[in-house]
Amino acid sequence: MLKSQYDIIVVGAGPAGTVAARFAAMQGVDVLVLEKDRDVGYPVRCAEAISKRNVVPFIEPNDKWIAAKINKYAFVSPNGEEVVIEFDEVNGYVLERRIFDYELGRLASEAGAKIQTRVYVNGLILEGEKVCGVKAEFQGKQIEIRSKIVIGADGVESRVGRWAGIKTHIDYRDMESCFQVTAANVDNVDPGTLYFYLGTNYAPGGYFWVFPKGDKLANIGLGISGGDNKKRSALSFLNDNMKKFFPNASVLTQIAGGVPCALTLERISGDGIMLVGDAARQVNPLTGGGIGSGMIGGRVAGEIAGEAIRKNNLQLLDNYHNAWMKERGKSHLIFDKLKEGIFNISDDEFNDIIKKLKKIPKEKRTLGKFFVTALAKKPSLIVDVAKVYVV
Amino acid sequence: MYRIAKTGQKLMIEILPDKCDFCGCCVGVCPEDAIELKEAEIRIIDELCTNCSKCIWACPIEVIVFNKDGVLKEAIY
Ligand SMILES: Cc1cc2nc3c(=O)[nH]c(=O)nc-3n(C[C@H](O)[C@H](O)[C@H](O)COP(=O)(O)OP(=O)(O)OC[C@H]3O[C@@H](n4cnc5c(N)ncnc54)[C@H](O)[C@@H]3O)c2cc1C
Ligand code: SF4
Ligand code: SF4
Repeated sequence: MLKSQYDIIVVGAGPAGTVAARFAAMQGVDVLVLEKDRDVGYPVRCAEAISKRNVVPFIEPNDKWIAAKINKYAFVSPNGEEVVIEFDEVNGYVLERRIFDYELGRLASEAGAKIQTRVYVNGLILEGEKVCGVKAEFQGKQIEIRSKIVIGADGVESRVGRWAGIKTHIDYRDMESCFQVTAANVDNVDPGTLYFYLGTNYAPGGYFWVFPKGDKLANIGLGISGGDNKKRSALSFLNDNMKKFFPNASVLTQIAGGVPCALTLERISGDGIMLVGDAARQVNPLTGGGIGSGMIGGRVAGEIAGEAIRKNNLQLLDNYHNAWMKERGKSHLIFDKLKEGIFNISDDEFNDIIKKLKKIPKEKRTLGKFFVTALAKKPSLIVDVAKVYVV
Repeated sequence: MYRIAKTGQKLMIEILPDKCDFCGCCVGVCPEDAIELKEAEIRIIDELCTNCSKCIWACPIEVIVFNKDGVLKEAIY
């Protein structure tokens, strides 16, 4: 049963929420995680790719949630040419997030956090501007649970921050509106390669992806910026791409989704409140990857929240923004600049870039070189590439 | 009877019944916090919505529409 009071309440049991809960609970404080859906980890609104170095600090890699091991990255130009960048070792995974998220939930629970699904949080208990707990719908009843800290880990649709007076809505042009299918009998896809299709014909203001999941299964989807979705929807682009590239595939799952490809919010904490993951807009604004950075944001917030409770000093929450910026936020500033550079490249230019990259010998191709070639006309950004990739 | 938006005008934003996938894009972009999304239920909060249309532009599957005649209150049987 739920108690009427906890030290910390986390709203949302995605990767950011359960990691925040774990790192707080590890310090012996009393943590409750509330999730509105029936399941932790389902439905999966995600293409499930993550770099290995973002997984290892949080959970030991296990084949039960690894669908594919990745060491190659293919970029396809608007005119259909493909260049592959290959690494000697596996450095990425395509996950089974349904199981991965579940495991993160298990770890949080074993660390002492209590998780409860099917609780819809619909407001905050406020005393002036101070957040003192949540209001929620649970088993047909409206309930109130008090806490010293509320952590909003409620994803792209986050409202917790708004209720605490933090401006969290994102410009529709920064929202990548996505549609994805998980398909079977997907032909001509290498099981160790992530495919990125670049160009306005595939996905304007975003990209079209094909991420393998073993046994000819793949996550096939795309994200386009709200500015483009306004003219023609993500769904309609995906239908076209499927017809063109994978006419023999069967659709086993289909899902809509959104990625807030913006910079981290200017304010991610307040009096008794912290935001983590998509809710704080802690997504890599270039790639749209948010599992890894959400877990990092979760750890940073969870550690600080736990310490604040232990030391009975809620002022410590003020350190969260700087700690996040140091850990990841600063590199997101660079990725955001690269995003502006990359998404302004015309289709003709992309065709050229891929052609040029193909001329570089395979063993010398790197992700850094990809960006350097892509941004050759914007030399100021090349320095930024060097900061985030080993060129 | 028409639903009335925050501006006092008729509400013109309509989420087509039974078509939503509950992905949250519209909630993420709504400047007014005027959309409530539960596990498998969604609704516009009339008194907060300004008919700005941003939610329509963000919906990946085109299930929010602009109804210039105004959205009717659900008939009560
Ligand atoms: C189509 C698509 C493809 C993507 N592909 C990738 C990828 O390949 N790699 C990658 O790294 N990232 C990817 N992302 C992004 C990634 O999925 C997210 O960044 C990540 O899931 C964020 O984690 P989170 O914990 O912040 O939020 P979420 O995983 O969204 O979890 C939030 C949780 O909060 C719950 N919740 C929300 N509101 C309430 C409420 N009021 N009360 C209770 N619970 C609530 C939700 O039900 C949900 O379970 C993709 C996203 C999409 C849409
Ligand atoms: S029209 Fe504007 S205010 Fe109304 S729900 Fe849509 S985004 Fe929100
Ligand atoms: S954006 Fe469209 S599909 Fe997604 S929750 Fe809103 S109405 Fe539903």
